[in-house]
Amino acid sequence: MAGADLPPADREHALELLYQMLLIRRFEEKSAELYTLGKIRGFLHLYIGEEAVAVGAMQALTMDDGIVATYREHGQALARGIPAGPLMAEMYGKANGCSRGRGGSMHFFDVARRFYGGHAIVGGGLPVAVGLALADRMQGRPRVTACFFGDGAVAEGEFHESLNLAALWRLPVLFLCENNLYAMGTALERHQAQPDLRLKAQGYALPSEAVDGMDVLAVEEATRRAAGAVRLGGGPFLLELRTYRFRAHSMADPELYRAKEEVEQWKSRDPISLFTGRLRSQRLLDDADLGAIEARVAGQVDEAVRFAEAGPWEPLEDLTRDVYTPVHR
Amino acid sequence: MIKMTYREAVRSALREALRGDPRVFLMGEDVGRYGGCFKVSHGLLEEFGPERVRDTPLSESTFLGAGIGAALGGMRPIVEIMTVNFSLLAMDQIVNNAATLRHMSGGQLSIPLVVRMATGGGRQVAAQHSHSLEGWYAHIPGIKVVAPATPADARGLLQAALRDPDPVFVFEHSALYGVDGEVDEGAAPEEIGRALIRRPGDAVSLITYGGCVGKALQAADQLAADGIAVEVLDLRSLRPLDTPAVLASVAKTHRAVIVDEGWRTCSFAAEVSAQIMEGAFYSLDAPVGRVCSAEVPMPYAKHMEDAALPQVAGIVGAVRETLGSHG
Amino acid sequence: MPILTVDMTAGTLTAWRKRVGDAIMRGDIIAEVETDKGLIDVEVFTTGVIESILVQAGETVPTGTVLAIIREEAGAPVSVAPSAPVEPIPAVPPAARLAPAPAGAITEVPGRLRISPLARKMAAELCVDPASVRGTGPGGSVTREDVERAAAARLQAPARPVEPPDRQARMRQLIGAAMARSKREIPHYYLGTTIDMFRAMTWLAEENLKRPVTERLLPGALLMKATALALREVPELNAMWRGTEAVPSPAIHIGVAISLRGGGLVAPALHDADRRSLGDLMTGLRDLVRRARSGGLRSSELSDPTVTVTSLGEQGVETVFGIIYPPQVAIVGFGKVVERPWVVEGRIVARPVLAATLSADHRASDGHRGGLFLAAVDRLLQEPGRL
Repeated sequence: MAGADLPPADREHALELLYQMLLIRRFEEKSAELYTLGKIRGFLHLYIGEEAVAVGAMQALTMDDGIVATYREHGQALARGIPAGPLMAEMYGKANGCSRGRGGSMHFFDVARRFYGGHAIVGGGLPVAVGLALADRMQGRPRVTACFFGDGAVAEGEFHESLNLAALWRLPVLFLCENNLYAMGTALERHQAQPDLRLKAQGYALPSEAVDGMDVLAVEEATRRAAGAVRLGGGPFLLELRTYRFRAHSMADPELYRAKEEVEQWKSRDPISLFTGRLRSQRLLDDADLGAIEARVAGQVDEAVRFAEAGPWEPLEDLTRDVYTPVHR
Repeated sequence: MIKMTYREAVRSALREALRGDPRVFLMGEDVGRYGGCFKVSHGLLEEFGPERVRDTPLSESTFLGAGIGAALGGMRPIVEIMTVNFSLLAMDQIVNNAATLRHMSGGQLSIPLVVRMATGGGRQVAAQHSHSLEGWYAHIPGIKVVAPATPADARGLLQAALRDPDPVFVFEHSALYGVDGEVDEGAAPEEIGRALIRRPGDAVSLITYGGCVGKALQAADQLAADGIAVEVLDLRSLRPLDTPAVLASVAKTHRAVIVDEGWRTCSFAAEVSAQIMEGAFYSLDAPVGRVCSAEVPMPYAKHMEDAALPQVAGIVGAVRETLGSHG
Repeated sequence: MPILTVDMTAGTLTAWRKRVGDAIMRGDIIAEVETDKGLIDVEVFTTGVIESILVQAGETVPTGTVLAIIREEAGAPVSVAPSAPVEPIPAVPPAARLAPAPAGAITEVPGRLRISPLARKMAAELCVDPASVRGTGPGGSVTREDVERAAAARLQAPARPVEPPDRQARMRQLIGAAMARSKREIPHYYLGTTIDMFRAMTWLAEENLKRPVTERLLPGALLMKATALALREVPELNAMWRGTEAVPSPAIHIGVAISLRGGGLVAPALHDADRRSLGDLMTGLRDLVRRARSGGLRSSELSDPTVTVTSLGEQGVETVFGIIYPPQVAIVGFGKVVERPWVVEGRIVARPVLAATLSADHRASDGHRGGLFLAAVDRLLQEPGRL
């Protein structure tokens, strides 16, 4: 798991990883700004600091694999390839949002890209992921369902039920626990009697591993191995990704539960800085490259904001549309 | 036409579905080896194997959620929650996922899930095993709720549920499983959302569903002996509710009594009563009556349980009361 | 002032972390704000120099208030500024509101009356036939008010020459209910004055000498005309009470209270009393009395009056204070013309005098206006030739 020793596969791939992480970073920063201006309302949970997890893990998944995520899913959505425009528009509540403006920040859906949300109930997505995997197994499709959740979800009954059922029926679920050490405002050691989360898998007889979630290459490598094992029919796998969120739980959080020194310490392991540092030292990246990537990202974020600003509001007459599926006789 | 019990009717519908569509599968607690807590799925594991008839661990939330996921993944799952009493553990998946994902995603997905549950009391199994909560489920937009009262409907409504692209919750009253009835195995498909007049009449509309239909018919027999022709309307579907049928009956009789095994306060009967008030106010000659369970957790001792549940005598009394000096 | 928490509408700036002239970079914390969730840092999203600070530490301002002006440095990355701080979300247009319609339409049963239970009960109490009542409730249904209105109108319904006894009792009941309601709901005030009728009676006598017997005028005609003309001067007494306000009537139709043989009262309209000649009014009065007593009144005559005049002079009563017929707002009373001592230029003489009264709805007028009305009647009756 010594990520620092892993060579990058090739320069192009490395720059692509960096671009994806920067896209998430700048998109999230812009979202924070727009929230303070009242453009984005309700709850906003930022992924800043955790970019390496979504970007690294997504490398191991094909467009045929399924994804279930949490309310902190902007990183996963962007890394999956959902364009930033519909995501920003969704947060604006516009009809050109990926969920027609119905869900907002916590409920990104893109079924064509097999992105099944966007779940706001902690632990609520795990059973759905188990079911998607069950359908694949019953229909003989060799694909993986990746289920992202946080350390907080490990306390919910559904975590235990889902790992048990997936293991019992040998379902192709890749359980990805993003352990950022806090369940909202409660630190890990205050909510888990056994804080070494990968050990939970032993209770359900499924394999597990812990990964440095700030090292995008380590994440990529570990996820490829785990997904590969799942894809071969080995049953579910639990990957614990050790990461940290640099921002509050959500925009409304004054962060009374953690020390600023702790945050600063983790910021010294900023996954983007770590990666650019390594690429520079390996002479794979210079200022011009970085500048080009930042410019490309800035353009995309600006375009996303324009897309959202220009989007229409869903007409009120459509309020009760899609409560049920229309049936044509 | 064949005479069969309610459980046999459900089983025959399950068997037909499992045979006819490889996407259909049944999962729940003890549906396989045990043959089903109420013996509904007896023999199905032997016929279809463990992939199609799956015994689950006692994890209501996750196996119901897995049903949602499997439906999203292209299967047609039938999830059996042993009784409505245990469904409370799965409420989050039902309300926040099954009922919600379609609307919340902007219409990107449908969840063709069928959930069957036994419901109701009357077998002295005490407070935690005797609930009638179908009224709670009828409250939630995004799902459908049916309550078959006869073997024919148990089969027909389950078939309809399997054809529905949205989650359908089928409530089977536990006291009905042994009841006999005529079933036409070649019958045309049933429709969710259509009530049925079990017994036409003109004096009072007795509106009910599920386990109370039999009691309502018995009450109607007793009242007929006194020359009171009660109309018994079996709702069959709680969501969507066949409001036009309800209003048409009340327009004819001008009086209504609703029989519902749920607790009286905030009962499903209260909803039907409100709809009658809104749509048939000027047709009413008397206030709408309700016969529901007493506001107590279901007691164990027989005489107490009988007193807590709607009974034929109580229904007859409520009808007479609504007729006033005419009754 | 940024929006930092879900429902935030205002915030207190507790401290500035930077000062005017400081260079700042995107992501810097510039200030601290107190919210209902606690102290939250405010970050800036631009790079530049603080040019001015507009809100001081300790101030509480609404979200959206400009806190400071930052001069962006040339070359600093310029991000797309959103169009406006807060974009208004379309308000719910009334047409788009989802009405709580029942799934089934209200079923109509032909032949069945649409009447509320309350109205039905009241109709039974007041002996009103519900089928005859015009409904103004939802969907044309009959309401309590409709029944009450019908009951009040029934008072003025033409009575047959020979009433079977129970009909009489019912009419008493109807009158009773209507009058009780009037007294209950209308705040009556009462004014009275005594009018010197010398000139009026003298003129009347002379005028009648010129007329054939059949066309002779009674004092009542003068009183009607004077009342009508006085109402032109005080129109708020000629109004109809509609729920919360008095709506002045464009025309003046005087309801003439006529007693019926065998008991009961009707007050049919003498239309446009202010515009008709005395002779015409007299003819009209005679006609109304005849038809009232023979049961030949038209229903419009019963509902048209905008004010009522009651006169019990024939019965020998000197002063009468009537009860207002809703929705009218006044009733004028005239008593018998009697000879009484009167002071004329300092000396006591015998004069024919008449007590004129006004019972009026205090919601529609007050004593001052009522007084003006009676004064006008008096004044008009002093120049009978001009009536």
